[in-house]
Amino acid sequence: MRPTPLVFKVITVAAFIFLYLPIITLIVMSFNGGRNPYVMEGVSLQWYRELVTDGELIAALEQTLIVATVSSLIAVVVGTALAVGLARTTRSRSLEIVSVVPAVIPDVVQGIGLAAMFTLLAVPLGLTTVIAGHTVFATAFVVSAVRARLATSDPSLEEASRDLGAGTFTTYLRITTPIMAPAIVAGGLLAFTLSLDEYVIASFTSGSTSATLPILVYSRVRFNLTPEINALGTLLIVVSLVALVIGARWIGRRGKVSA
Amino acid sequence: MKAKRTYLSVAAATTVGLAVASCGSSGEDGPTALDPDADLSKQSIVVSNYESYMPEDLPARFSAASGAQVEVAYHASNEEIVAKATAGDSGIDVAFINGVYAQALAAQGLLEPIDPRLVPNLANLYPEANTLPYDPGNKISVPYAWGTTGLCYRSDLTGYDPDSWLDLLEPRPEISGKTTMVSTERWLLLPALKSLGFSNSTQDEDELNQAKEVLLRTKPTLLAYDDATFFQRLVSGEASLVQAYDGWCNYGITDNPDIKYVVPKEGTDLWVDVMVIMKTSENKEAAHAFINYVLDPEIHSWVTENILYKSPNKAAMDMISPELIEQYPNIGTTVEELFEQEPLVDVGDAGPLYTRIALEVSAAD
Amino acid sequence: MPAQKAHWQSRSRRRARAGLLGPGLLLMAVLSIAPLVLVIAYAFMTRGRFGGVVPGFSLDSWARVLEPIYLGVLWNSIVVATITTLLALAIGFPVAFVISRLPPQWRMVALVAVVLPFWTNFLIRTYAWVVLLNDVGPMNKGLAELGVISEPLGLLYSEPAVIIGLLYSYLPLMILPIYASLSSSEREIAEAASDLGARPWRVFRDVYIPLSVPGIILGGIFVFVPSIGNFVIPDLMGGGKSVLLGNVIRDQYLTARDWPFGSVLILVMLAILVALFAAQAVASRRLTGKLTR
Repeated sequence: MRPTPLVFKVITVAAFIFLYLPIITLIVMSFNGGRNPYVMEGVSLQWYRELVTDGELIAALEQTLIVATVSSLIAVVVGTALAVGLARTTRSRSLEIVSVVPAVIPDVVQGIGLAAMFTLLAVPLGLTTVIAGHTVFATAFVVSAVRARLATSDPSLEEASRDLGAGTFTTYLRITTPIMAPAIVAGGLLAFTLSLDEYVIASFTSGSTSATLPILVYSRVRFNLTPEINALGTLLIVVSLVALVIGARWIGRRGKVSA
Repeated sequence: MKAKRTYLSVAAATTVGLAVASCGSSGEDGPTALDPDADLSKQSIVVSNYESYMPEDLPARFSAASGAQVEVAYHASNEEIVAKATAGDSGIDVAFINGVYAQALAAQGLLEPIDPRLVPNLANLYPEANTLPYDPGNKISVPYAWGTTGLCYRSDLTGYDPDSWLDLLEPRPEISGKTTMVSTERWLLLPALKSLGFSNSTQDEDELNQAKEVLLRTKPTLLAYDDATFFQRLVSGEASLVQAYDGWCNYGITDNPDIKYVVPKEGTDLWVDVMVIMKTSENKEAAHAFINYVLDPEIHSWVTENILYKSPNKAAMDMISPELIEQYPNIGTTVEELFEQEPLVDVGDAGPLYTRIALEVSAAD
Repeated sequence: MPAQKAHWQSRSRRRARAGLLGPGLLLMAVLSIAPLVLVIAYAFMTRGRFGGVVPGFSLDSWARVLEPIYLGVLWNSIVVATITTLLALAIGFPVAFVISRLPPQWRMVALVAVVLPFWTNFLIRTYAWVVLLNDVGPMNKGLAELGVISEPLGLLYSEPAVIIGLLYSYLPLMILPIYASLSSSEREIAEAASDLGARPWRVFRDVYIPLSVPGIILGGIFVFVPSIGNFVIPDLMGGGKSVLLGNVIRDQYLTARDWPFGSVLILVMLAILVALFAAQAVASRRLTGKLTR
């Protein structure tokens, strides 16, 4: 194997500094003793205390979790069926494109389109409309994940199942779904994480009292800047890391069992 | 007590009946029949305000006092409320917006007329607060806070006391790159219009274009355009001089006593933030009750002490302690002094021109 | 394939097809296609006196796109999104390359390290840059203390700051696809070529680059598309001094309440994106042709 060019190594190191410099800043500043978000004034945990007693923030977190859970669950069910349907029952290229459009179209376009439609139909904006907006792109992501997996899987198992007299839906439930499981989980998790972080579509489709966490964060960053935001960011990273470690362990153990 | 309650619930049932009946004949612009004795404990309202523009526990205290449920929503700009209201039922009952925008909303028939019978505390307002040009007589809005737009600065960083819009528009070299302006269109144009000697609500295209040229020249000297966190920039030392609303300058003064506020000598605006009731509100009695509650002298003076903006409520302002005024001199601005400034009014058809100039300025290199 | 087809008996096949495709396509039709159609329709109407639209055919809004101010914003957005994409490529390719050559157990760690910063909130991430680049913030302070600078850099609230923000947000979307294409099985061709004594630069030019082109194209789209429609980063890091297409579109809907014109701008943006996808399709077809030849 040829050695990697030195320039590449230098760029890679620089890139990781670029990726982590703001994160480190964020974490350090979260322990700020003062309320100036840019300048460290002593060390304290006061912003973490504010964070856990911030009712508004906790309410927004709740809304976000509801939206992410509901939309990714719907997306998993509907998206998996759609992906299987696309792979096994039709060869229509346009249906396939329609099914992934929301994953590639800019969020501002989706947000405005939905807001315009809800306005036209006099649908009151609220948590339901945010969920609707998130379900669309979530479904598109599940479709692409499952579709990719199906493209490389062998349809003969399903055929065998049907040859043995199983109905289409039984086959789908008993054979296809388990084959798809890793892709479904991956797609669902992707949809869930994207929804947790989604601001633009939510801002166009949310009602006055259905602020999700990103909406609240945006308003705080623009109107009421305190190191509490840093504390929140730090906590989010820690939670992700913990989830990652647990997830990795789980996959590792599962791998061992099945092997 | 008990008898009264039964009476109230009967009254409430009647109100609901009336409301349903009036829904049937929708399309009329006339005021909904309001019941002064409605049972507020059966009503709930959504109040939309800016972040930290009222005491956090104000809604809860109103609930405790009236029995009505209150949910708080936040909006980031006047435009946001206008956009929501024009789009249909926003779900909002009471909104806090600038009087000029209330005027625009009322012109579209989107606001419920204020029923003075349900807001007896209107009597607490300064008589002058009844004469504001965006809504003479407070027919569709109730004043909540008022003040001026001026210069807020760190005297220790500027090294001198600015007194003119030109201090902002043509900053001295030592503070160049350390100033901010507000980007909301009406207030973006204000300093330029005033420095040229024009009205802050001009509809004259030529005057507006002259103002645009001034703003284009100022742009390279600015740190940023900032509508909401300018006082924090002064506190952190990031900025030395900013265009500010007087109350938000006070926020800065809280953290750093070197921060001062001045109304430029060319004059500025008299802006009024008001409370309005949306036409789509389904609990208009509670909405009126909320507004009336805010106008209570005790409550409104508490509001002023909390948000550090002057209130147009004479009874409330009479209760403000001299210490507060000493710390935040602009809270002590008299009504006479305030009315030396030109009140803002809606610019009607010139609105899109303001929007366009604001875009041209912010998109310029 | 024909064997599989035969198994789908026509009735059960139709039922299965409806059951599988139905809900998903309905969802897409109602919540994705219909809003899009609505936006397209609005582009040919006139704005209402107080916002909204007046039904009836009109091309008024289309003429406005050609006004210098909007052409300027459009051009500026394309430039900013292109610079961001090129920078992402210049950084992303080497990173993906280096990661793809790490020992397998380290590869996973490196990939997670690339993605980890993105598990905190998108807005908080952007805001971290606001803190970092601030004139009184840690970077300027640090550099001043080291004697590198005497004046703050004044980086924040400028177009370069917006590009930094966009690059930071979308860099992983460039790294991951390039990594995926570099680590595909065809990579062995490259190893073979270099083992056979081909000069490193030739291996690089003739093998690695073509190999990674699908990843580069995909990554380019992943970076370019969200960059051109973004309005949050210009808001937070541009200090209101830099306006991109996304800001103008948002403002047409929220501030100016000129929906028809906002819709026209959306269609212009979509046209750019469709052109991009078409170019990608052509490029990848040519490329696969070349490789199989």
